[in-house]
Amino acid sequence: MSEKKRLLDLQDVSIVFGGLRAVSNFSMHIDDGELVGLIGPNGAGKTTAFNMITGVYLPTEGQIHFDGKLVNGKKSYQVTQMGMARTFQNIRLFSELSVLDNVKIAYNMHINYSLPHAILRVKKYFDEENNVTEEAMKLLSLFHLEKHAHDLAKNLPYGAQRRLEIARALATKPKLLLLDEPAAGMNPQETKELMEMIRWLRDNFKISILLIEHDMSLVMGVCERLYVLEYGMCIATGTPDEIKKNKRVIKAYLGGEV
Amino acid sequence: METGFLHQLVQQLINGISLGSIYALIALGYTMIYGILKLINFAHGDIYMLGAYIGFVCTSILKLSFLPALIISMLGAALAGIIIERIAYRPMRNAPRIAILITAIGVSFFLENVMILVASPQPRTFPAVFTATVYHVGSWVVNSQQIVILVSALVLMVALTYIVNQTKAGKAMRAVSFDADAARLMGIDIDSTISMTFALGSALAAAGGVLVGIYYNSIDPLMGMVPGIKAFVAAVLGGIGVIPGAMLGGIILGVVEALVSGFISSTFRDAAAFAILIIILLFKPQGLMGKNVREKV
Amino acid sequence: MNKVRKFDLKALAASVVVFAALQGMMAAEIIGPFWELNLVLICINIILASSLNMINGFTGQFSIGHAGFLAVGAYVGAVMTVKLGFSFPLAIVAGTIAAGILGFLIGLPTLRLDGDYLAIATLGLGEIIRICILNIEYVGGASGLMGIPRMTNFTVTFWLMIAVLFFIKNFKNSAHGRACLAIRENEIAADTMGIDTTKYKVMAFTLGASFAGTAGVLFSHYFFIAHPASFTFMRSFDVLTMVVLGGLGSLTGSITGAILLTFISAALADFPEWRMIIYSLAMIILMLYRPQGLFGNKELSEKVFSSLKGGKKDE
Repeated sequence: MSEKKRLLDLQDVSIVFGGLRAVSNFSMHIDDGELVGLIGPNGAGKTTAFNMITGVYLPTEGQIHFDGKLVNGKKSYQVTQMGMARTFQNIRLFSELSVLDNVKIAYNMHINYSLPHAILRVKKYFDEENNVTEEAMKLLSLFHLEKHAHDLAKNLPYGAQRRLEIARALATKPKLLLLDEPAAGMNPQETKELMEMIRWLRDNFKISILLIEHDMSLVMGVCERLYVLEYGMCIATGTPDEIKKNKRVIKAYLGGEV
Repeated sequence: METGFLHQLVQQLINGISLGSIYALIALGYTMIYGILKLINFAHGDIYMLGAYIGFVCTSILKLSFLPALIISMLGAALAGIIIERIAYRPMRNAPRIAILITAIGVSFFLENVMILVASPQPRTFPAVFTATVYHVGSWVVNSQQIVILVSALVLMVALTYIVNQTKAGKAMRAVSFDADAARLMGIDIDSTISMTFALGSALAAAGGVLVGIYYNSIDPLMGMVPGIKAFVAAVLGGIGVIPGAMLGGIILGVVEALVSGFISSTFRDAAAFAILIIILLFKPQGLMGKNVREKV
Repeated sequence: MNKVRKFDLKALAASVVVFAALQGMMAAEIIGPFWELNLVLICINIILASSLNMINGFTGQFSIGHAGFLAVGAYVGAVMTVKLGFSFPLAIVAGTIAAGILGFLIGLPTLRLDGDYLAIATLGLGEIIRICILNIEYVGGASGLMGIPRMTNFTVTFWLMIAVLFFIKNFKNSAHGRACLAIRENEIAADTMGIDTTKYKVMAFTLGASFAGTAGVLFSHYFFIAHPASFTFMRSFDVLTMVVLGGLGSLTGSITGAILLTFISAALADFPEWRMIIYSLAMIILMLYRPQGLFGNKELSEKVFSSLKGGKKDE
């Protein structure tokens, strides 16, 4: 394997929901700067795996390490503070807040002024607020959202909402970005642009990305390495070319026909 | 008479169960309305008050006996429930839930103060519809009112269970509370089902009101405030939206209150109800018989 | 950013003008003792409504036990002055802190609950506080704590109210306030933005409770008495109504709601038997026609400020 630093490491992770093994003995890793895909048919356990990585669910067995630190037992917000950010399959924006505020909220953990500073409005408060606003605007303009900065998030068109969610996740300054079916609900043209954007994200922000998709063709072009889940088990792993030829994967997707 | 601990305990259990069955009657309406509209109907306690007053008019002015008075009071309250839902809640079906809650509080204030205006704030003496006979079972005391309360409450609960589980209207109610949109697509008339729920819930509360009138001999326009809140506690205790849960919750609440007033102090009685509430919410928020629902990420 | 400071200065100047006008009218006896009392009550209600708005409106945590914290402030303040002989300012500080500590202790376990469950738990806790006070003989039990000197006056109440309003406004426009708004909008998303949701919920709850305590001290030192019957859940409902009527999440809304409801209530004082009926009908009708409250979650000045070129939406 590569000499690069190992960022995310799952060792034999399983989770059981009332007798159902939703994910079973799943091992995977992501190195620094890698763009990895997690694919599988609907209901294969992709989002469940995602939720374990991000601290929403506690794995029943196995350990998850991020950046050398144990993730098991950490709460979602602590996981984010460790340097993981995520988006949601069904968009979860702060819909009644402005686009700018959506992003500023994500900068919160990098703000150092205290409550008394804010209440008394000392210089530190203004300096940091200015800073955050500036950074947020810069980020928004990278995603072509700057002209919507003062609109309510709920009033954005669908594609822009997806972009905002990614921009917001990036504002937490993550080392690893997890995208949960970002192409859901997009038309082919939007999807194509999104896939280009994902690669650009990795190069521009120097982050690793884990992408969940159920549509295999989408991830093939963009990811460097893939993991395939079926019924909670990892049935294949490798480069897109290897996966394309893998009989088990073809069977899982096409239901027996080769 | 012996006043041993065990003796006292059993006596308080008897008192508690009869009080609790009244809470259960009110709690049923709360739980059904919550189940179907996700609304804490704060006006429900005042429907109970209204029922007690209708019962009072029937018995003391019209000189009716217990059963006709009970039935008229239930019908009157059912009608009131339907009207309130129609005027105050139905136009707000898509409003933010807190706005509907404020409306419910407004309706509650309205009913209380209209009753104060109509019937004066002074308590009224509820006529004794039964000659209060005191039965001695061993060394324990049970009076005829307690028996009437218990029997009436049981009959009503059995009837409600039958309606909800066996009739078409009951099935519609369960369907709407499970998933209103799906129920609509199945051709269920949501509006009339909700009206039906209010009618049933209000009728039960009114029965509770009449029974309390008989038990304590006294009614007043604000009598619904505290029992209303406590009945909601009972509904939460049993698991909100769950009909047997409301019955169980009501009985438990009544028993605990009786035990607290019997063994500690009656001034702490109300605190006990709320303390149970807090404990159950913290350790089993879905209630004793409720199901756990978790938001999917 | 200077715009922000300019706004603060303008708001302060407006407060001075309002204060001077009202004070002048009182001195000239245009405003008689009845309306003077109601002005004090309006200020107290504004403190209550805006502090409850921090919990319900900003953070989206449905609390209806505010009367409990009002009671704690009222009683702790009264004990400080009547029983222990401390000064009034010290009583205000003590009442505020006591209510805040209690808010923290209550908030920590209960804020795990959400929606209606939290509502009913806070309602229950508010009642428990009241019943406990009812059973403490030291503070007069069921007959209340009497003989409290009238130390609250319009000046003190007005400027404390202004201070609280500035606090809450600045809170709303800080990272801490934004965290609370995020929790209201989508708790799961807030969590994944690295926001410790429990911490901010408890923070908003504690601050809201403290200010209710402040209002309590002012209350008991204006009406000579602290009585358990003043702090039932009806009082909590009253405050909640002001908040919802003005618009959840809108500070100017809470101010308007508090003024409006206190005013309606006072104006109907001559018709005691019709007062509550009209009051409740007004509540129902306003909700039917304006379920999001008068201001929604916007501030009165929001439009003016967002139209400033390049200006951020600040107030």
